[in-house]
Amino acid sequence: MTEEIIIAGFGGQGVLSMGKILAYSGVMQNKEVSWMPSYGPEMRGGTANVTVIISDERISSPILNSFDTAIILNQQSLDKFEKSVKPGGLLIYDPNGITRNPVRKDINIYSIEAADEAGKRGLAKIFNMIVLGGFLKLKPLVAPENIRKGLEKSLPARHHALIPENEKAIEVGKELLKPVHLAT
Amino acid sequence: MEDQFIKTDILKPENIVYKKTSLMTDKPLSYCPGCGHGTAHRMLMEVIDEMDIVDKTIGISPVGCSVLAYDFMAIDMLGAAHGRAPALATAIKRMWPGHFVFTYQGDGDLAAIGTAETIHACNRGENITIIFINNGIYGMTGGQMAPTTLPGMRSSTSPYGRDVTTMGHPLKITELVAQLPGVYYVTRQAVHTPNHVRKTKKALRKAFELQKENKGLSLVEIVSNCNSGWKMTPVNSNKWMEDNMFPFYQLGDIKVDGKLVVKTETSEKE
Amino acid sequence: MGELRLMKGNEAVAEAAIRAGCDGYFGYPITPQSEVMEYLMAERPFERTGMVVLQAESEVAAINMLYGGAGTGKMVLTSSSSPGISLMQEGLSYLAGAELPAVIVNIVRGGPGLGTIQPSQADYFQAVKGGGHGDYRMLVLAPASVQEMCDHVKLAFDKAFEYRTPVMILSDGAIGQMMEKVVLFDHIPRRTDEELIKQCPWASNGRPKTRNHNIVTSLDLDPAGQERVNLKLQAKYREMEKKEVLFEEVQCEDAEYLIVAFGLSARICQKALDLARAKGIKVGLFRPITLFPFPATQVSNVGNRVKGILVVEMNAGQMIEDVKLSVGCKVKIEHYGRFGGIIPSPDEVLNALEQQIIGG
Repeated sequence: MTEEIIIAGFGGQGVLSMGKILAYSGVMQNKEVSWMPSYGPEMRGGTANVTVIISDERISSPILNSFDTAIILNQQSLDKFEKSVKPGGLLIYDPNGITRNPVRKDINIYSIEAADEAGKRGLAKIFNMIVLGGFLKLKPLVAPENIRKGLEKSLPARHHALIPENEKAIEVGKELLKPVHLAT
Repeated sequence: MEDQFIKTDILKPENIVYKKTSLMTDKPLSYCPGCGHGTAHRMLMEVIDEMDIVDKTIGISPVGCSVLAYDFMAIDMLGAAHGRAPALATAIKRMWPGHFVFTYQGDGDLAAIGTAETIHACNRGENITIIFINNGIYGMTGGQMAPTTLPGMRSSTSPYGRDVTTMGHPLKITELVAQLPGVYYVTRQAVHTPNHVRKTKKALRKAFELQKENKGLSLVEIVSNCNSGWKMTPVNSNKWMEDNMFPFYQLGDIKVDGKLVVKTETSEKE
Repeated sequence: MGELRLMKGNEAVAEAAIRAGCDGYFGYPITPQSEVMEYLMAERPFERTGMVVLQAESEVAAINMLYGGAGTGKMVLTSSSSPGISLMQEGLSYLAGAELPAVIVNIVRGGPGLGTIQPSQADYFQAVKGGGHGDYRMLVLAPASVQEMCDHVKLAFDKAFEYRTPVMILSDGAIGQMMEKVVLFDHIPRRTDEELIKQCPWASNGRPKTRNHNIVTSLDLDPAGQERVNLKLQAKYREMEKKEVLFEEVQCEDAEYLIVAFGLSARICQKALDLARAKGIKVGLFRPITLFPFPATQVSNVGNRVKGILVVEMNAGQMIEDVKLSVGCKVKIEHYGRFGGIIPSPDEVLNALEQQIIGG
């Protein structure tokens, strides 16, 4: 098994930390992982993206131009990465702020209204965990106990009290996921 | 025959009243006759000898006339790249906090190419001693203008005299770093008369004693002559130094016990 | 098994330094490697192991702090990225000349000049051929994973002291910034003063009355003396060439074509190799791990069995010169490179292999 994932959105949406929690959970499940961020000025308010690879084998290139899954959180990222999803692959996006919907017919497309839900709950910080929940519903690569371990390893100790809230957000995400188009 | 008599008679151990410290090697000094470096070296080594700290002392020589200081000082030393001695000293003192660490630097090394290292070591308050020999010229490379060259003073790169409008002003880096809170003791001395030599040695001793107490950085400037670079006889160069260097680079303490010395009229006269 | 962590390459360097028993880190912030010092300052090893961590006023000061520490026998490390490493070249030459052990990590970014902060391999010549003045070499390690970033720090310290030489870890912004699974080696205690003095009898760290004074310098004004210094250095480099070569071969046994790449490029080429093999193209990958000493004999052995060689680098063609010198001129050798912070994709590499080597 090898899953090649791109997560892309605005800086500050928790793109990199979502990737890190997913990758760390993979480590806890004894998988090979790599987490390759875009870095530099993008980190400071512009677009941010991270390539996460989870595999049973040694990972070759940490940098890819096609992906099994794209998790898309803004319009620029949709424009950039929709075409990079492998045929038969998966695209998950949050429609919040999206003005041009995805058009590919050869991939499976799901939407998740995570920003809306996080806003309703007044918990902007768990937005990325809702999105992660949606992904994990379709691709349960890591067991829940390893997600918990991934959260413990990724979050500084002072934030460990928030772990149950994060886990709940993942469950919420699983419920919110809606199919938009399924490749036949 | 008379020579023979004098040598054998005088060189008897019971007749020796003064000898060089064992911390000076037997290598002939490479300095020009009349230069102050030799005396400054000896005072420094005497202090280390008298404090009995040779096994805990690490010295750093610069690039300049005293580049070979490690050949004359029988202590563990490192030769630094030009201007970088305070960086070496910083790392060494941080990793050997119980040791005594000093740099021995000239004006070009300390106040031109090494300005950043000097200021930042001072500003961090590294517990080291900087010994700064200021003769207002680049001696080793053949008498070029230094940051401390006086206005109007001739050098091989200011052959018509230092024109401050195009060549900048002489830099009083000692007064400059004395302003920094990390610097604890700053003094300016000379080594051209026995009286000045005694004062210099006292200042060096004080600086090394302060290292023991972790008080911060101490800087001992020694204004010295460069008879070769200044193109004068040793005697004339010392006279010229008194008449021209000392009015600009005034001798005496600049900062003591972490406080700037306020000069009164009486202290000016002294 | 050692402790398992998900870490950035830069963080792995810092953690490995603490665990290797490093005495001091001296550095200056520059993207994309600032995490090394940030990690150390957050971890506070000065409270646990006594390791000193200091933010210097410049890269020039940092490398000279390294020189000072190394001259007293301490185990010292710095890290920087290309423009900062250029500033350190004088100090590296002095370290080599004075035969001091030190480890320098270069997280390369695109150049020349201020360039970009994205990854590059354009500092190969500078690292391998001697970027400072004078006839000197450094042992140069090229990690290709976060695990190797960790392991190479330990290896670099061992070799630095074994040969009394500066050792450079030549990595890049991508490996510095990416996170992978790392198995950390166990803590090695810092040497005691007695152990240090026994290991480094040449070091200037305070002269006991029982020995002469030690002098650490690269200066010898007598040309005959300076020639002796040079001969000694060259003998050391020949020794390294005999004993310290490291490399990795992937599917070279049946290869008809060969890709040669180091560091991150080798990872990308591994993927390209998988794509090529899926298409039935028999290609192998040769990865030099030490760039100096270069695995000349080894690459020649493999290279002379194949029909063509593609050298893939994130530069305009630097290591290819060493590949050509090693393999000779019987085999076609071509270069594929991207520069200025662009990372070639596996597809591009496969395409270059098909166009330049197989079809060409």
